[in-house]
Amino acid sequence: MPFARDQWYVAAYSSEVGRDLLARTVLGEPLVLYRSEAGEALALADRCVHRRYPLSESRLDGDNIVCGYHGFTYDPTGACVFVPGQQRIPRTARVAAYPVVELDTLVWVWIGDRDRADPAAVPRAPWLDDPRYTVVRGMAPLNARYGLLVDNLMDLSHETYLHGGYIGTPEVANTPITTEVDEERGIVYVSRHMDDAECPPFYARSTGIQGRITRWQDIEYRPPCLYLLHSRIAPQGVYPPAEGADSDAFHAEIVYAITPSTEHTTYDFWAVARDFAIDDESVSEYLHQSNHTVVMQDVQALNILEQVIAAEPERYQELSINIDTGGLAARRLLARMVGSGTVGAPL
Amino acid sequence: MTARAGTLTGDRVYRIHWLPGTDTLRGTCHCGAERIAEEPVELWEWLLGHPRGHQSAETVAPAPRSPARPAVPA
Repeated sequence: MPFARDQWYVAAYSSEVGRDLLARTVLGEPLVLYRSEAGEALALADRCVHRRYPLSESRLDGDNIVCGYHGFTYDPTGACVFVPGQQRIPRTARVAAYPVVELDTLVWVWIGDRDRADPAAVPRAPWLDDPRYTVVRGMAPLNARYGLLVDNLMDLSHETYLHGGYIGTPEVANTPITTEVDEERGIVYVSRHMDDAECPPFYARSTGIQGRITRWQDIEYRPPCLYLLHSRIAPQGVYPPAEGADSDAFHAEIVYAITPSTEHTTYDFWAVARDFAIDDESVSEYLHQSNHTVVMQDVQALNILEQVIAAEPERYQELSINIDTGGLAARRLLARMVGSGTVGAPL
Repeated sequence: MTARAGTLTGDRVYRIHWLPGTDTLRGTCHCGAERIAEEPVELWEWLLGHPRGHQSAETVAPAPRSPARPAVPA
């Protein structure tokens, strides 16, 4: 499926970018990421202009990268400042430098026309860098096209079947959703509010709630890359007060960054930020392990689906039902971003 | 209180409510036009086709095979 260029994408967590050279491929473009001595996150094209050797397989000299093959040396702007054996540096000796914004512990890169990059347009996930929340996180490489992960996350009814025993209960698939699209701001919002639901182990063990719960799932998708699931868990029948803090409920902000790597591979960045038991390391360990398991259940399913789709004839006619209302809206916004489209456009 | 009616507040927000206890979807355009449908693809097409077919703010039944009323030129 085509990519949406001229957009911001998460290339790495801040913690991954340091004085070692990190290779990531985003929208088919190989990048090398590193941090300057002053602490600035930087992204350059990961191919030496000379013989295409990956700069990520090279070394840093101060803030410059010295190609590990013949020594071509690039400064943080991508300009070549040294070539071996001669004084003249060819005018075309330069690699692309990508606009980078580091925000909310995420390293965003702009893929497309750099003159169109607006740092103010980077979508926010403030819970990832808020002392009132504790965060567990990970990244799972996916051998599937990014659209399959968008479909997966926009329709949480699959939790009941794919993630039973972790986050899925019968009420998720059985509860109607409300879907909203803000055409101007490019946001899809999907609400599933369960008034009386079984508490899945993921929340029973982490919150300590015994018995049934009122469970709200409010998805906020900011295509193409950022997906937020605002999860509210409370003892059954406990709703937010008309005014003041919602202190009788437990809140988890579940953040995904969906970053296309190649046409058939995707980086699945995931994080769970919680406002409860924030100092309890055993809860962190449990949520990390549980969410990792859930993510890997998705990865396994989507990897299978990618193989199925790759082998089938074009124009396979799939079927959409009510649970797909949010996913269809997301597809439509993505299609608009890549310059095509209609609702229900094929993957 | 079981659900908020809507959470996005922009000037061009489209909504689809899955009516509890039914298989029915109700689409609401930012212009006030509404339509009932049994599946989402056709309903999104109608919503996002605004203003085509949105001339009335009344709730419209599922679309028959031929248009019930002439479309307004977009």
